[in-house]
This record gives sequence, C-alpha cells and structure tokens, in this order.
Amino acid sequence: MSRLDIGVLNDIPRLGARVVQTEKGRIAVFRTRDDQVFAVHDTCPHKGGPLSQGMVSGTTVVCPLHNWKIDLNSGQAQAPDVGCAHTFVIEQVNGRLLLNL
Amino acid sequence: MEKLICIGNGMAGMRTLEELLKVAPDKYEITVFGAEPHPNYNRIMLSPVLAGEKRVDDIILNDAQWYKDQWITLYTSEKITTIDRVKRQVISDKGTAVKYDRLLIATGSTPFIIPVPGHHLPGVIGFRDIADVETMLATSKTGKHAVVIGGGLLGLEAANGLLKQGMDVTVVHLMDSLLERQLDKPAAALLKRFLEQRGLNFLMAAQTEAILSTTPLTSSEQVKVRGVRFKSGLEIPADLVVMAVGIRPNFELAKSAGLHCERGLVVNDTLQTYDPRIYAVGECVQHRGTTYGLVAPLFEQAKVCANHLAGYGFASYKGSQVATKLKVTGVDLFSAGNFNGGEGCEEIIFQDPAAGIYKKLVIKNNHIEGAVLYGDTVDGSWYFDLMRDGTDISALRDHLLFGQAHLGNAGHGDSRIAVLSNDAEVCGCNGVCKGDIIKAITDKGLFTLEEVRAHTKASSSCGSCTGLVEQILASTVGNYSPTPKDKPLCGCTEHTHEQVQRAIKDQHLTSVAAVIQSLNWKNPDGCASCRPALNYYLIATWPDKVKDDPQSRFINERVHANIQKDGTYSVVPRMWGGLTNPKELRAIADVVDKFKIPEVKITGGQRIDLFGVKKEDLPAVWADLNAAGMVSGHAYGKALRTVKTCAGSNWCRFGTQDSTGMGVKLEKMTWGSWTPHKFKMAVSGCPRNCAEATIKDFGVVAVDSGWELHVGGNGGIKVRVTDLLCKVKTQAEVLEYCGAFMQLYREQAKYLERTAPWIERVGLEFVKQHIVEDEAGRKTLHERFLASQQYAQDDPWAQRASQGVAAHEFSPLQTLEVA
Ligand code: SRM
Ligand SMILES: Cc1cc2nc3c(=O)[nH]c(=O)nc-3n(C[C@H](O)[C@H](O)[C@H](O)COP(=O)(O)OP(=O)(O)OC[C@H]3O[C@@H](n4cnc5c(N)ncnc54)[C@H](O)[C@@H]3O)c2cc1C
Ligand code: SF4
Ligand code: FES
Repeated sequence: MSRLDIGVLNDIPRLGARVVQTEKGRIAVFRTRDDQVFAVHDTCPHKGGPLSQGMVSGTTVVCPLHNWKIDLNSGQAQAPDVGCAHTFVIEQVNGRLLLNL
Repeated sequence: MEKLICIGNGMAGMRTLEELLKVAPDKYEITVFGAEPHPNYNRIMLSPVLAGEKRVDDIILNDAQWYKDQWITLYTSEKITTIDRVKRQVISDKGTAVKYDRLLIATGSTPFIIPVPGHHLPGVIGFRDIADVETMLATSKTGKHAVVIGGGLLGLEAANGLLKQGMDVTVVHLMDSLLERQLDKPAAALLKRFLEQRGLNFLMAAQTEAILSTTPLTSSEQVKVRGVRFKSGLEIPADLVVMAVGIRPNFELAKSAGLHCERGLVVNDTLQTYDPRIYAVGECVQHRGTTYGLVAPLFEQAKVCANHLAGYGFASYKGSQVATKLKVTGVDLFSAGNFNGGEGCEEIIFQDPAAGIYKKLVIKNNHIEGAVLYGDTVDGSWYFDLMRDGTDISALRDHLLFGQAHLGNAGHGDSRIAVLSNDAEVCGCNGVCKGDIIKAITDKGLFTLEEVRAHTKASSSCGSCTGLVEQILASTVGNYSPTPKDKPLCGCTEHTHEQVQRAIKDQHLTSVAAVIQSLNWKNPDGCASCRPALNYYLIATWPDKVKDDPQSRFINERVHANIQKDGTYSVVPRMWGGLTNPKELRAIADVVDKFKIPEVKITGGQRIDLFGVKKEDLPAVWADLNAAGMVSGHAYGKALRTVKTCAGSNWCRFGTQDSTGMGVKLEKMTWGSWTPHKFKMAVSGCPRNCAEATIKDFGVVAVDSGWELHVGGNGGIKVRVTDLLCKVKTQAEVLEYCGAFMQLYREQAKYLERTAPWIERVGLEFVKQHIVEDEAGRKTLHERFLASQQYAQDDPWAQRASQGVAAHEFSPLQTLEVA
C-alpha cells in the first residue's frame, strides 16, 4: 500500500472535484459543501464516464455522460442503476490530504 | 412557536397542512378539529366504497399515526361552534377551547336537502360522508327500493353503487337530460341508454312533492320513509331516499364570527379572509365569485395557502378550470369547460352511436373552450391541457379530434397506447417497452412521471415520449382528477419555475445558495437539475450583480467545451455567419497538428469542430485560436449557438439582400448570451431559404422589400416550422426585433424550454403583442438585452487561456509519496 500527499483542502473547489494521476489510474477527489473529501476511481461503472467532471450535491455525484448517480461513500450507483466504482481511503492530516492506495 | 388551528379535517384542510409541513415543518404548533369520528379520508372514493369496489380502510389518507408523527393534536367528533376573534380562540361543542395565532377554515360543504314534507324522516339522506355510506349499505341489506333524487355526478354514482348492492334503483331528475352541467344532450342520451341497459330506472323531468312515511302499528315502531310522491301524482315505493341535488358551502360558523360571506366564505388570491389572521380553503370558500366542488382546485388552493402560512408570501391563486369524469365502472366520460358553445364558437363533432362514441370540442378564436368526450376519453387530459394553457390550436385543427397520437411525433408514428402491445418500444433512447413501464407502475406503486423516469428511465433522455408515458401512467393508475398543472421545478422543492423566478426578483436573491436557503429547498445543495436552472435565472435577472456559479454548471458550460464519450472534449470556434478566411483556417490546421487532434469535421451549423482534445490541452488550444482572432462558439451552451447564412445578394443570382452580412451582424450582437435553452438563428437571402431559416429559433428570410422574421422553429427531436412574426424593412429593425425577441424569451421561458414549446405554451399572439404591437415595449426589451450583453460578451476561452480563470479545472493535482 502506498500513501500520497495530494495537497490541501482548498485545492479542490467546494461541490467539485480534482483528478489525481496514480499508478492505479485516474482518481477523482471530491469535496462536499461541508468539507468532507472522498476519493473514487474516475471511471463510471456505466460506460466509463469521468466522474470527476460531474455535479456534486450532498454526497452524490452525477456522471456527466448519462446521469447515473454515484454515492461517494460507497461508490455504488443509485437504484434503479446497478454498478459500483472503486473507492479509496482519504484522510485529512494536519491540513494535508493523504490518499491511501 | 406560533399556533395554527385548522377547523375541518377534510381533504382541503389536510392537504394544506401537508403542503405547509413540506415547506415549513417547524413553524407552527398545529391543532385540528374534525366533526367526523374518522381521520382524514379520500371523500372521492366513497363512490367505489358504496359500489363494493373498495373498503373504508382503503380510502384513509392520513391515519391517526400520521397526526402523531407530525406533532399535530387531533380532535375527532368535535365540532367547532364558536370562533372568538377578539380572544383568538375557538370553542367546540364539547367545550374544548384552544387559542390560535393563525386559523385555517376548511369546513367543506353540506348536501342540500330539498325541504319537501317528509325530508326529515329516517331513511332520507345526502351522499357526503362515511356515515351516509354506512346507512346506505345497511339499508340495502333489509330494504328493496332506493330512490335517488338528482341525476348529476353524485346522484349517478350513488345510484350505481346501490344498484350494485342489489337494490332496485330509480333516479329522479328535474331536467329532461342527465348531467346537464357536464354533458350536452347527445352525450347524455348515450349515457342514459347505457345505464338503463345496466338496470337503472329513470324518471326524467319529475318534480318531487313529498316523501311519504310508514304508519307504525305499535308505538315502539319507528316512523320511516315508505315512498315518494311527485307533482304529477305518481307515487313510487322507497326504503331509502338519497338527495343528491347539490351542495351548499358550509360557512355558517365563519359568518357567525362576523367574517364576510356571500355564496361562500370570501377569500382573496392568497386565500385570506377579511380577517388577516384567518385563511380558508376548500369547498366552503368563494374566490373571485366562484365556489368549487372538485378536488383539483382545492389542491391548487392548498398549495398557495401553505405558501402564505409558511410566510413566503409570493404564490397567488387565480382560480381554476375544472374537468370532470364520472366514476362509474364501465363508463368513459370526460367533460371540461364550456361545452355548449354559444356566440362566436365553433363545434367539431365526431359521432359513432353504434360504438357508443361521441366527441365534441368547442372552439373559439382558435382556442379550445370546452370538450365533451363519451366512450373514448384517452385524449381528455390532452384537450384539457390545451384548454388550460390557452394553446393556439390552428396548426393542430385538422387532427385535433383524432387525438394526440395522430400528431406525428417524429419517430413515434402511431402511438395510441391502447393499441400498443406490451413489447412495443415506447422510449427509443433507453429501449424501454410499454410492458416494462406498466410493470414498474404496478409493482412499485408509482404515481408520477418523475417516479417512472427514475425507475425505468423511460422519457428521461430526449423526452419526446413523455406524452406516451403520461398516458400509460394515467391508464394504469386510473387517475380521477388531473394533477395541478404547475409542476415543481425539481424534487428539491415544491415551488414552480415561475414562483422561483418571481422570488429571485422580488426578494433580490443573488446567489444559488441564497435561493436554496430562502425558499427552503429540501436538499441544501440542490441537485443537478435545479442548480443550473437557478444559476441561469439569477444571471438573466441580475446580469450586473450576479457572479456565475461554476459548480452549478453542467460540465460543458463549466469548461466551455463539449465532453465526449471517451472523456475528451471538442472545440468549436465561432465563425461569424459561417464566414471564414485563410488566417483562421491556417490557425485551425496548425492547432490540429500541434496538439495531435484526431478528427476535424464540418458541423451542421456551418463551422468546424475539433474532436478529441485532451482537457489539459484546452487552454493552450484556445490561446492559439484566440491569437488568430477566434472566440468560443458556445457549441456547448444553453446560449446563442450559430447564425447560419446563405450566399445572398453578394454572389447568388437570386439573392435579394445581403444575408451573409446580416447574419454576421446578428451574431456579433447576440454571441455570448445565455438563454433558457440553446438558441439558433439563420438568415436566407431569398425565399428559396438555403439557410433553413424556418426551423430556427429566430429565422430571417430576405425578400425584395425587406426581411421576414420567423420565430419558434426547431429541427431536432420534434420538427417545428417557425411562425411568421412580421416583416420589417431595414437591417436595424432586424437587429432590434431579434434582441427584443431573445430578451422576451430569456425573461419568460422556463429553463430548458426551447422557443418552440415556449411559443406553443404562451401563444404567438403573446409574442406579437410584446414585439410587434408594443413599440415602446420592444425598445425596452432590446435595451435590456444589450445591457446584459455588456457582461456576457467576454470570451470565456480568453479568460481561461490567458487570464488564469478556473486554472484548477485544467490540471491534475500534484502528488508526493509519503511514508
Ligand atoms: C456538432 C453537431 C453535429 C455535427 O457535427 O454537425 C452537433 C452535435 C451535438 N448536438 Fe446537435 N449538433 C449540431 C447541430 C445540430 C442541428 C443543426 C443545426 O443547428 O442547424 C440540430 C437541429 C436543429 C435544432 O437544434 O433545432 C441539432 C439538434 C440537437 C438536439 C435536439 C434539439 C431539439 O430541440 O430537439 C440535441 C439535444 C439537446 O440539445 O438536448 C443536440 C445535441 C447535440 C450534442 C450537444 C449532444 C451532446 O450533448 O453531447 C452534440 C455535441 C457534439 C459535440 O461534442 O460537439 N443537437 N444539432 C452540430 C453542431 C453545430 C454547431 O456548429 O454548433
Ligand atoms: C361521493 C362523492 C364523490 C366525489 N367524487 C369526486 C370526484 O370524482 N372528483 C372530484 O374532484 N371531487 C369529488 N367529490 C368532491 C370532493 O370530495 C370535495 O370537493 C372535497 O372533499 C372537498 O374538500 P373540503 O376539505 O373542502 O371538504 P370536506 O372534505 O367535506 O371536509 C370538510 C370537513 O370539515 C368538517 N367540518 C365541517 N364543519 C366543521 C366544524 N364546525 N368543526 C369541525 N369540523 C367541521 C366536516 O365534517 C368535514 O369532514 C366527491 C364528493 C363526494 C361526496
Ligand atoms: S445526432 Fe447529434 S446528439 Fe445524436 S449522435 Fe449525432 S451529434 Fe450526437
Ligand atoms: S458513463 Fe456514467 S452514466 Fe453513462
């Protein structure tokens, strides 16, 4: 397992996302209105759309390609759609964002 | 907490509380008084209960637990007898006294009982509540003969139910034709014939003189009803007499408290009575001179009233148009509006007595005034919508009576739902069949279009099958009254587009967060549907004040390029009026080489699309295009797209005017403008119309003497040819009319409503009034358009390529491995 320092909270816009290129592929890092952060593989379980480009509300992101709704906690698609995007553990330590791969 | 009391535990009162709790759950401590012993139930469904098709338990709307869950104190079997407006308290017949800050009166109405001799006898009842139905069901077990006085909706439903309970039923009607308030004579005759075949007896044009009583043999036996005598001298036997001759708004209580009453308790457009602390809704009220006896208007009132009780104060009730259906199984009947015609009206009629079908539409000045349908009511709600929305039907007229299915939704030819088999594809985008939709509706108990969309995806993409899905929904759930037409903006709120637009203006809201907060959205972030709409309304209302909210933009508008299926982007630079030159073409060629852009294509909009650009490369690509003088083409936006032109008088042997030059001027004036949906234009140099101007949002066709202006065209999913707005002489006029038209659309349309459906909704007349007839109005609209353009005509590509705007969008985060 490796651990990456990817920057600080303010690098990511509220209700938005940034992308990190890793050896495990592109990972989208989301920030909610109340400053929670989530890391999800940047690949929609439907047809691979880039989730990082979607709109965030609450702890859900809407995929920009065909509007699947993906839960940021679990990576699960909201019913009736079925599918799951891989999630990663991300922590806020001393103001830095640490991503566990 | 303030105290709210509701008098009347019926449909209107409880709906108002439901609406109120949705928007302001914690504002009041609520108490409800109901004279009936039951919690709130669906009064409409008493007819199926009487007919044995439903049980009382099935029709309860809010059970005792609901009141508990909402922290509402409920007093059943307690009738309020006094409203003390000075002490602000109400007192019940059992002596309970409770104080209020606000009072809601929803006392409904009472059945009118004709005061003929014998009307007070046991066995003579109205048809209004559970107690009446219980009396009817009990009598049907012992007695044989029932007489129903009144051949209206209620009377016929009562008669049908009693017949089903095994009684011998006679319907007595004062007029010579049934349902004279809903049906014209031919339709009424068809209905009467059908009901007679079922076994109902009718006495038409009969006037009741007295109700006859039994003569008891012993003193312990009760006197009760035995028969009915008519003015003609005729007597018929009766063990039960149901009076269904009309209802009277129940406003005695309000009147005794000194509130102004006429035919009902008088309220204004905010459902307030003459006492500002007291509101009233439902059948007891009189609004703009009208009283109502159906639920759809009451539900509309409930919404508005809740808006004011919640303290928002921007909704207003303007009265309702109502449609009726008869709930007798096996009878298909629909009626709405003025169906008897009259001066200036035309009638379109279809009759097939053998098949039991009759349809009539009453038309006045190209608008539907009324409709009667018997035997085939599939299109009832469509006609009703056309009528309510005041749609100009001149273009539909030839097909109107054949129904919506015959309107030729491109790609959805014969769509009458009844004839569709279960494996017929309804939604072409998502491959959903009729059977899938019906299964989802029945298995999951779906009621609304939104629910069907969420569960099946049907009609969730291009939306052209929405009408079909709605019809399937209607025929599967069997809705009895049309839902109020004002749909909420999205699932996060109860407010409609119009209400939100108005609130933004009236309350000076200038950010998405402010709207969400002050209108009490259910979801503090909003959702992907409402945020873009709110952002648009804000920018359009306050162009000089509002800061664009990038997180409320769909990705394409956020990064000013179109996302593609593989996550890359396409770039379309503006080519004014379709003109280009070697410098631009060279810059495009260079950029393609430099960034290894995989595909270059001429678009359908007369310009060039560069496909497959990596997101990280976008700012650099734009910088190079900017350097050659090119700006964003907004191919991604709900915004001005292209202005297509033809060769025109510069070159073409038929050209009458300089259409290319006109197109360039139009594009220079309008580029950068945000609109409710995309906005496209074209200018043709002569009526041969090579630029296809007559399927554009704003199309210009040059003629020898000037320019014809056409509006509301649409290619795409459902083709619509433009309407001719007017003819003007000069290029300056073309520009002024165009700016004014765009501004009217920007201010009036709902977000994601293109000009074609917008014009169909508001009518061409409305547009003409504002743009053609009202010269001063046109000039101010045009000025407002230009004023907002000052803030819009700032190339978003240049901002990002050279001014560092939104830099975080285009670069990944830098990483550092840690232990
Ligand atoms: C590029 C282009 C196809 C082409 O290569 O020719 C195109 C491409 C797309 N069109 Fe289009 N349309 C293009 C001309 C048209 C035209 C022709 C025209 O404008 O004269 C029409 C019919 C005319 C009309 O709009 O009335 C057209 C009707 C649509 C529709 C249906 C709109 C409707 O109201 O029914 C959509 C769907 C939508 O907007 O919701 C659509 C949506 C799209 C989208 C944005 C789909 C999407 O969301 O990804 C495509 C974006 C591709 C991209 O990434 O660039 N496109 N599209 C054309 C771009 C023109 C331009 O220079 O900007
Ligand atoms: C059999 C039947 C079939 C119908 N079918 C249809 C239909 O198909 N479509 C349609 O749109 N409409 C139909 N209606 C009409 C519809 O039911 C009414 O329009 C609607 O119920 C009126 O709502 P309301 O709240 O104004 O009155 P109600 O629902 O009557 O509620 C008023 C309540 O207030 C109580 N009350 C009155 N005075 C007091 C007091 N002083 N203190 C405490 N409580 C009091 C009453 O007991 C009553 O429970 C039908 C009605 C009936 C009776
Ligand atoms: S018609 Fe338009 S939306 Fe459909 S595939 Fe072609 S470009 Fe895309
Ligand atoms: S790829 Fe995400 S919804 Fe289709």
